[in-house]
Amino acid sequence: MNAALQAKRDRRGWLAAPAAIVLLALFVYPFLYGLFISFKPMEGGPFWANYAHFFSTATDWGTLWITFKLAAPATLINLGMAVPVAFALRRPSRMQRVVTTLLVVPITLGTVLIADGMLTFYGPVGWFSQALHALHLYDGEVRITHNYWGVLISLVISDFPFVFLLTLSYISGIDPTLAKAAGTLGAGPWQQFRLIYLPLLVPGLAMAAALSFVQTYAVFPSAILLGAPAGPTRVISIAAYEAAFENYDYGMASAIAMIMGAAQLIVVAAIFAFRKAFYTGPATSGKG
Amino acid sequence: MASTASNTRASAARWGWLWRTTVWTVMGFFLLNIVFMILTVLVNSTATRWFGTLLPEAFTLKWYGWAWNEFQLAHILLVTLEVVFAVVVLALLLGVPAAYALARANFPGKRGVLLLVLIPMLVPPVTYGIPMATAFYQAGVGGTLAGVILSNLVPALPFVILVMVPFIEQLDPSLESAARIFGASTAQYFRHVLMPLLVPGMLAAALLVMVRTIGMFELTFFTAGPSSQTLVVALYYGVFSTGVRPPQAIDAMAVMYMAITLVFVLIALRFVSPTQLVSRVKEAPREA
Repeated sequence: MNAALQAKRDRRGWLAAPAAIVLLALFVYPFLYGLFISFKPMEGGPFWANYAHFFSTATDWGTLWITFKLAAPATLINLGMAVPVAFALRRPSRMQRVVTTLLVVPITLGTVLIADGMLTFYGPVGWFSQALHALHLYDGEVRITHNYWGVLISLVISDFPFVFLLTLSYISGIDPTLAKAAGTLGAGPWQQFRLIYLPLLVPGLAMAAALSFVQTYAVFPSAILLGAPAGPTRVISIAAYEAAFENYDYGMASAIAMIMGAAQLIVVAAIFAFRKAFYTGPATSGKG
Repeated sequence: MASTASNTRASAARWGWLWRTTVWTVMGFFLLNIVFMILTVLVNSTATRWFGTLLPEAFTLKWYGWAWNEFQLAHILLVTLEVVFAVVVLALLLGVPAAYALARANFPGKRGVLLLVLIPMLVPPVTYGIPMATAFYQAGVGGTLAGVILSNLVPALPFVILVMVPFIEQLDPSLESAARIFGASTAQYFRHVLMPLLVPGMLAAALLVMVRTIGMFELTFFTAGPSSQTLVVALYYGVFSTGVRPPQAIDAMAVMYMAITLVFVLIALRFVSPTQLVSRVKEAPREA
């Protein structure tokens, strides 16, 4: 009986096969193919020539650092803003519903539309600079598009809602009776946050930071449209794109994509290693 | 003793007030920027001329007609519709059975399938898009409508599976036993019992995939040819060539894009919570 049931269960597993085959064909195979051709340099040379070329060309390896300089601050800003707001909105309420709904808008509109809107709004004669001038907060020419700041702002606008909603789902998953118990014992809101919520939140925050960094490290359209893609915001995805679609050097493009993936993986591993070093389990009270 | 306690309480209340004000000011500023950014696009799309003043000199609707003809929006909308429809149908056809297998069956390789589903959700499209486009061009589907559809299937299929798995898990398994006792085959059970129960979940998944596919820039951009561009790619080329074309016309196209996206978002929000639009990692195995 049990064995028969087991066999039946096993057969139902085949329902996952079509989806698995499609993902193998469309995701895993292209990745392996890319990895393979990245070791076949177009202009000959040893198999690592594409990688050697990337790391010996300043405009190429420089993109690693340029992208990091955008992704790391964007991730920190987004987390820094998301945690307090999510904490303030941790209980289901009308306000929570309104804010989450409003924040979904920039996510669904996407980076291209955000770039289009930002070009006019934050442009030298847009409403933003008009407001700054009218309020006499800044009287010079406002230059926050077509440079580093434009791209950073666009990363905050497009990625903050994502980090916030993720943090909110983690924070609202924490049992509120824990904080209530702490409140009964005399802990104020700040102490409740620091001693109850924060330790329980660290794994979720590490996850949110990792995802946010990976996403922002892959910044692409806004770096072209809002930045200075020839220099200060020539991020790594632009380098990969140019190799593939301007130089038609698919091996080099795939090599850059692999390096980009590796860079993302390294930072994610660092985030989780840092988390492990900083926080080992819920029993932090013993450390005090 | 009592007075110190009330003193600390008063100072805590003051700090709490300051803290809340700061949080809401930052949040309000953020949301205000987004609202005005979108308003900028709306106003500019109806402006005859707008340069450095609070409002344009006069209003017109001519840019909508201009954009419609100049950007061949009828064709682009048709392509977008075809892509979205095909992606939704394929993702549901492949994803729902797979979600059922993952939710209910125990089979060898289940962890592997789960990993295959999770990884495309965690790796950003730019990172895997370039090797993918390379492989697609090699296989002859690059630059075609089929290529666009297949590339968009890679994020859509795992998304459908991850939305459907918890949905299927919460259905009462005794329904299946009952159907079996009355002699239903797996196919009959699927058609007559499971499908009707899954309709709300599938509707939600379909709407979410629609919204995400309409906004999916990178993969479409990498795999689309001149005649297989979707709206968001056309918008990118429009913004990219701002100097050549009047910005009002580009903003008119942006407004049409926004309207289409927001209609689907509003419909989707009737069925799902805002967090579901983004929390792609809810089902990810969280590290303990």
